[in-house]
Amino acid sequence: MKMLINVAETVVADALRGMAAAHPELTVDVEHRVIVRRDAPVAGKVGLVSGGGSGHEPLHGGFVGPGMLSAACPGEVFTSPVPDQMVRAATAVDSGAGVLFIVKNYTGDVLNFDMAAELAEDEGIQIAKVLVDDDVAVTDSLYTAGRRGTGATLFVEKIAGAAAEEGRPLEQVGALARRVNENSRSFGVALSACTTPAKGSPTFDLPAGELELGVGIHGEPGRERRAMMTSREIADFSVNAVLEDMDPRNPVLALVNGMGATPLLELYGFNAEVQRVLSARGVPVARTLVGNYVTSLDMAGASVTLCQVDEDMLRLWDAPVRTAGLRWGM
Amino acid sequence: MLDADFFRRWMAATAVSVEHEAERLTALDSPIGDADHGSNLQRGFRAVAATLEKEEPNTPGAVLTLAGRQLISTVGGASGPLYGTLLRRTGKTLGDAAEVDVRELTEALRTGVDAVMQLGGAAPGDKTMIDALVPAVDALGDSFAAARSAAEEGALATTPLQARKGRASYLGERSIGHQDPGATSSALLIAALAETAGE
Repeated sequence: MKMLINVAETVVADALRGMAAAHPELTVDVEHRVIVRRDAPVAGKVGLVSGGGSGHEPLHGGFVGPGMLSAACPGEVFTSPVPDQMVRAATAVDSGAGVLFIVKNYTGDVLNFDMAAELAEDEGIQIAKVLVDDDVAVTDSLYTAGRRGTGATLFVEKIAGAAAEEGRPLEQVGALARRVNENSRSFGVALSACTTPAKGSPTFDLPAGELELGVGIHGEPGRERRAMMTSREIADFSVNAVLEDMDPRNPVLALVNGMGATPLLELYGFNAEVQRVLSARGVPVARTLVGNYVTSLDMAGASVTLCQVDEDMLRLWDAPVRTAGLRWGM
Repeated sequence: MLDADFFRRWMAATAVSVEHEAERLTALDSPIGDADHGSNLQRGFRAVAATLEKEEPNTPGAVLTLAGRQLISTVGGASGPLYGTLLRRTGKTLGDAAEVDVRELTEALRTGVDAVMQLGGAAPGDKTMIDALVPAVDALGDSFAAARSAAEEGALATTPLQARKGRASYLGERSIGHQDPGATSSALLIAALAETAGE
């Protein structure tokens, strides 16, 4: 499989060096794998730290900057970062107002962030945590590792980021972040697997003429495989899967997210279908975002995330943000 | 009696084994995971071997504690904290004795495995590393060779199980029919132990 890399071992380091060169407003520590907004720590403001495996760009490094994350910790491809990274990040962004860890619900992320929280607290940094577990495809039960954190991570990072930028205290920022997570649900489909640099070939075999329903963002297969569907059919299935698990009384933010290899042309067409279903179901849409935000390397496919918002959350969504991956209002 | 040198050699043998089997571990981690288990452990145990050579810890406990800390700082994912905790707790239980016997190692490993179960929440039958480690510790009282066989059989026995922990659990029934990569790498760790003991 052809990839635009040198060797698999240096993919993450190479990407970090490239990010640093492209974004002088970021402090990129390539050796220690931490991306920090250059003006950190910001006096009196809560620091926001997230992280996860590389391969989901722009998540999370592309969301570091005013109005969103204070720092991001990139692990190896599809591999949770190590506690050392999060401790370093927390230290860099704590102005004394404390730090919120935004943790996607994967065993590795949870374990490493938990360890980091303990270590950071030993250093006198106040840590709060929010768990993102929006994916409806997995049943949360004693028999699974729980629901995965996927598209809603973007909503949490943006809305909590705006709250922190406003100067809200740690407890409030954390509570708001949890509220965003609780009000968000996602569902994704894959038209292809992805290829990791280390493996060099697709992570699973998806024959032509078939798709995977209920996929995550780490190249694992989904809940079920079916014959290929049209954009209309996929939108029906995905949006209904999300709405089955939430009952929006309020308008929603809609994220129509590409997995990485699906052209914007297709994503926008898919959005038309998603909006059609939402309209038919009487769900008002406050804002829509279409694009590659929470990706899975070169997986073809898309996910839909809906987040039910109140006035405060919507105002915070609209608030200015300046990051590599999301920018408006400044 | 097993001294620091024995434990250093155990870690070195594990590093060699993981290096050798990295592709296979990654291949196992593909259908039911995210295809990174082999490279993660390879990176981790290479770092362990390098650290042990540099720091030269002089007790069994210190060797394992240092190895565990290095794994936590290098591996990432769930494997880092889980393997790291396994070795750190085992090392801590061994204390600062210059030498330990097999019985003491067995008891220490048992506390390490318990710590992993507590951290990850897995029980036997969940299709995880625990399915190789628990039988191995039970058999270590008989011999190192028995522990190796028990670990290998435990890893093989994960194949028909449905995963209830970790990334494989997202697949539900689709995880059935695939050998668990974590149990497989645990079997490699125990096999390296047996090899170091000359069995």
